Amino acid sequence: MEFEAVIGLEVHAQMLTDTKIFCNCSTKFGAAPNSHTCPVCLGMPGVLPVLNKKVVEYAMKMALATNCKINPTCEFARKNYFYPDLPKGYQISQYAYPLAEHGYVELEVNGGKKKIGITRIHMEEDAGKLLHDEHNPVSYVDLNRTGVPLIEIVSEPDIRSSEEAADYLKRLHEILVYLEICDGNMEEGSFRCDANVSIRPKGQKEFGTRTELKNMNSFRNVQRALEYEIKRQQYIVENGGAIVQETRLWDDAQGATNSMRGKEEAHDYRYFPDPDLVPVIVDAAWIDKIRVDMPELPQAKRERFISEYQISAYDAGVLTADKALAQYYEEVVAICAKPKQAANWLMGDVMKFLNEDKKTIRDCPIAAASLAEMINLIDAGTISGKMAKDIAEEMYRSGKKPQEVIAEKGMVQITDEAALAKTISSIIDANPQQLADYRAGKEKLFGYFVGQAMKATQGKANPQIVNDLLKKMLAGK
Amino acid sequence: MELYQSTIHELQDKIKEGKTTATEITCSVLQRIDAVEEKVHSYIRVLKEEALAAATDADKEIKKGNIKPLSGIPVALKDIVCTKGLPTTCGSHILHNFVPPYDATVVEKLRAAGAIFIGKANMDEFAMGSSTETSYFGPTRNPWDLERIPGGSSGGSAAAVAADECIASIGSDTGGSIRQPAALCGIVGMKPTYGRVSRFGLIAFASSLDQIGPFTKDVEDCAIMMNVLAGYDPKESTSVNVEVPDYRQFVGKDIQGWKVGIPKEYFVEGIDPEVKAAIEAAIKTMEKCGAQSVEISLPHTQYCLAVYYIIAPAEASSNLARYDGVKYGFRAAGGDLLDMYRKTRMRGFGAEVKRRIMIGTYALSAGYYDAYYKKASQVRALIKRDFEDAFKKCDVILTPTTPTPAFKIGEKTDNPLQMYLSDIFTISTNLAGIPGISLPCGFTKSGLPIGVQFLAGHFQEGKLIQVASAYERKAQVEKRRPGL
Ligand SMILES: [Zn+2]
Repeated sequence: MEFEAVIGLEVHAQMLTDTKIFCNCSTKFGAAPNSHTCPVCLGMPGVLPVLNKKVVEYAMKMALATNCKINPTCEFARKNYFYPDLPKGYQISQYAYPLAEHGYVELEVNGGKKKIGITRIHMEEDAGKLLHDEHNPVSYVDLNRTGVPLIEIVSEPDIRSSEEAADYLKRLHEILVYLEICDGNMEEGSFRCDANVSIRPKGQKEFGTRTELKNMNSFRNVQRALEYEIKRQQYIVENGGAIVQETRLWDDAQGATNSMRGKEEAHDYRYFPDPDLVPVIVDAAWIDKIRVDMPELPQAKRERFISEYQISAYDAGVLTADKALAQYYEEVVAICAKPKQAANWLMGDVMKFLNEDKKTIRDCPIAAASLAEMINLIDAGTISGKMAKDIAEEMYRSGKKPQEVIAEKGMVQITDEAALAKTISSIIDANPQQLADYRAGKEKLFGYFVGQAMKATQGKANPQIVNDLLKKMLAGK
Repeated sequence: MELYQSTIHELQDKIKEGKTTATEITCSVLQRIDAVEEKVHSYIRVLKEEALAAATDADKEIKKGNIKPLSGIPVALKDIVCTKGLPTTCGSHILHNFVPPYDATVVEKLRAAGAIFIGKANMDEFAMGSSTETSYFGPTRNPWDLERIPGGSSGGSAAAVAADECIASIGSDTGGSIRQPAALCGIVGMKPTYGRVSRFGLIAFASSLDQIGPFTKDVEDCAIMMNVLAGYDPKESTSVNVEVPDYRQFVGKDIQGWKVGIPKEYFVEGIDPEVKAAIEAAIKTMEKCGAQSVEISLPHTQYCLAVYYIIAPAEASSNLARYDGVKYGFRAAGGDLLDMYRKTRMRGFGAEVKRRIMIGTYALSAGYYDAYYKKASQVRALIKRDFEDAFKKCDVILTPTTPTPAFKIGEKTDNPLQMYLSDIFTISTNLAGIPGISLPCGFTKSGLPIGVQFLAGHFQEGKLIQVASAYERKAQVEKRRPGL
C-alpha cells in the first residue's frame, strides 16, 4: 500500500523589537542571567502588562506577507500552567481571537506552484529558561527571555513530504528575515519549529493519528525528523500496529524520535481572555500604513530578477536568498549594466572568498562599485578575465579599487597589435619544428603558441588579439 | 477635640494657619493607635518610624510654604497595595515576607501629595472575604462593637478610620470591599469607576473588577482623596484617559430636581428591618433635598451573585498562580518540583482562597468554560446594560449598602454562601464597572452603623460626591464616636 504523509508545522519566530512585549526590558540575547528583567516580566504581585505596539506591527507585516486576513479586533488570552520558567503561572498568548488568519505561502513543487495554507498567526510572550546543574540536583532559572515577543505561525496540514516541509520553512524564514522582523537564528532559538505528522493510505481523505515532533533546531533536522517519523509510522501501520497520539522529541545524535512518555500529560490550559489587556483594534488605515512600508518580498524579487536581468531562475534564487546579497547585486548592475557577468562574479569568486572566511555579503571588503568597475574594465578589454581573477582576490584582500590594484601591479593588458605581432613573430621564429608540425595538421599546437605568447608578456596580452594574430601568422599570412 | 479625631480638611486648615504640624498630627494618631490597636487590630504593620520621619520632612516643606493637598495627613494603606521596601502581605501567609521593589501608582501619588503612611491595614486574605476574618494575621474587630466584624475585605482600612487610628485610608473594592466595611464601620467609602484609579501595584484578586478607593470621615475628605487618586496611568492598559474634574467643587452643591432611582429588585426579603427603615428615611431626606425618587428596575439583579462568583474566582485562579514558591514569598520544602508546588500552596493559602481557586479553576476547565465563564461574561454584559438603561431615567441610584448591620465574628465563617450574601447590594457595581459610594445613614437601636449607597454612571464620581454631600448635610446623621 502506498502511504502519504500529512504534515502541519507550528513556527515560533522571535520578533526583533528592542524591548519585550509587555515591559521595557531589553530583548538582547546572551546577557548575564536575569539582568534583563523587571517586576513586570518577573511576574511580581500587582504589576501589569502594557502591549508593545511594535510587536503588533511586526506581526501585521508577517500576516500581510503570507496573505493572511488581519482581524479588525483580536485579544490576548492567558494560557495557564505551572512551570518555573513561567513566572506568572500563565503565558500571555492569543487564543479565540488571533491577530490574523486564512493565509498561504506558495512553494515551487515539481516546476509548478503549491499553496500551503496558514491557519493563523498570533502574538505571545516567550518563557524563560531553566539551567540544570550537572553535579547537583538543583536548577536555576534565567528569565531574560521571559516576555520576549514571539509570533506563532500555524500551517494547515497541507504539507505532504519532508522536502516540502523544509521548503515551506525556508520560505517562512526568508520572509521573516526579509521583513527584518526576526533574525532567523535557529541555534539561539529565534526561529523554532514543531511539527504534527500523520500518514494515511494515498487517496484516503481522513487523517491518521498524528504525533507532535519537537526539538528540531535546524532545517536539516526538521527534514530528518520528519523522514524518520514518516518511516516509523509506516512501519507500525504496515505491521498491523496503531499510532499513539503523543509528543516525540527528535534526538539529533541518535537520528530518531523518542516518545516523551507522559512527561507532558494532556494539559488543560484553561484559556480565557486576559483581563489586564484590552482588545487590539486594527483598522484599515493602520493596515495600509504597514502595507506601504513593506519591502519587496523574496518571491517577487526573484521573479523580477529573472525578467529584468534575464538571469536564470537558479541564479535569481541564489541572489535573492539573502536580501543584502540581492541589494549588492542590484548596486553592481546599476553601475556596470552587465547583469549576467555581475551574477557570475558575485556567485563565483566573491561568494567563494566570503565562504572561505565565513563572512556574509554585509562584511564584503569589495565595494559594489568596485566590482562593477572591474566588470567594466574586462568589458573594455583593459584587463583580461584571467587577470580579473587575480585583481578580484587582491581587491577582496585589501579593499582597494580595481584601478589601484592594476596600477600597483602594472597589470594593464597589452592591446597594442604591432607590439604583440612583434613578440609572436619572434616566438614563431624560435620554434621552427612546432610551426612545421602545426602546419602539417597538428592543430593542438595552437595552444602551445598561445601559452608562449602569454608567457612572453607575463600574461598581460589581450588573449583575443593574441588568438587573432596567431591564427593569421601561423597560417603564414 | 483631639487631632486624631479630625478630618483632612480640618487638619489642612490648621496646618495652613500654623496651628499644628505634621509631627503633632502624626504623634496624635500614633498615640491613638497605641491606645486602641490592641482591641481593634486594624493593622498588619504600623509604620511608626517611617511615619515620624516622613512627618519631619513634611514639616520642613510646610515651613517653606510648600503645602500639598495631603501634607501631614496620616493615611493607612490596605496591605494589598505595594510599598517599595516595606513588606506587603495581602493578608496571606504566602506573602508574609514579600517586600516589593516598587510602589503602587497610588502610593506614588499619595506620597507626592504629602500623605504620611501610618500603617499597612489588615484585610481578608487576597481580599477574599467580607469580614476580614480570613486574614493570616488574625481578624480585625468592629470599633463599634468588638464582638463584631468590621466588614471586608478592606476591614482594617475601614476600622482604622472609624477608630481614629488614621485620618483617611486606602482600600480596594472587587465586589463591595470598600463600601460594605464603610457601611458597617459608619464612615464614607468610595469605589471609583473601573479604570479611574490606577491598579498598578494593587495585588490582583479579580483584575476586571478590582478598583482602589478611599475611606474617609466625611464626603469632603472623599473628594480630597479622589483628587489625588484619580487619573490615567500609562502603566495600566485598562486605565482610561478621561479628564479628572476637581471633585471638591461638587461638595455642597444642591441636587434640586435630580432624579434618584430606587431599584425595586433591591428591596426584597432578607433586609434587616432597621436597615430598611434607615434607607426609607434616606429616601425621604433626598426628597427634602429637592430630589425626586423614581422607581427603576435592574432586571438581572438576581444573577449578579452567580456571575460574580464565577468571574472573580476564575480570574483569581489565574492571578494567584504566580504564588508557587519559586521566586518570592513562602516556600515549603518538597521532594520534587510538583511536591514543592503542592505543599507551598497547600500551606501558604488559607481555606477561603483555596476554595475560590478551586471554583475558578473548575469554571475555566475544558468542557465547562462555555457553561460557566462564557455564560457569566454574557450575563455580565446584560447587567451592565441594566445600569445604562437605568441611568436614562435617573441621575443616581440609591440602595442599602448591606442587607444587615455588622454581624458577629465567627457567625458566618462556616457558611460561605451566607457570607457571600452580605455583598449582594455591592457586587453589581463592580460587574458594571460603575462608581459607588457608601456613607452613614443612621444607627441601629443597639448602636451599629448603617450605610446608604449611591451609584452613578461611568466616570460620574462628581455626581456621587454631590449627592452624598447634599445628603450628608441635610440628614445630619448624629455624630457619634465608637466607645473604645
Ligand atoms: Zn521586564
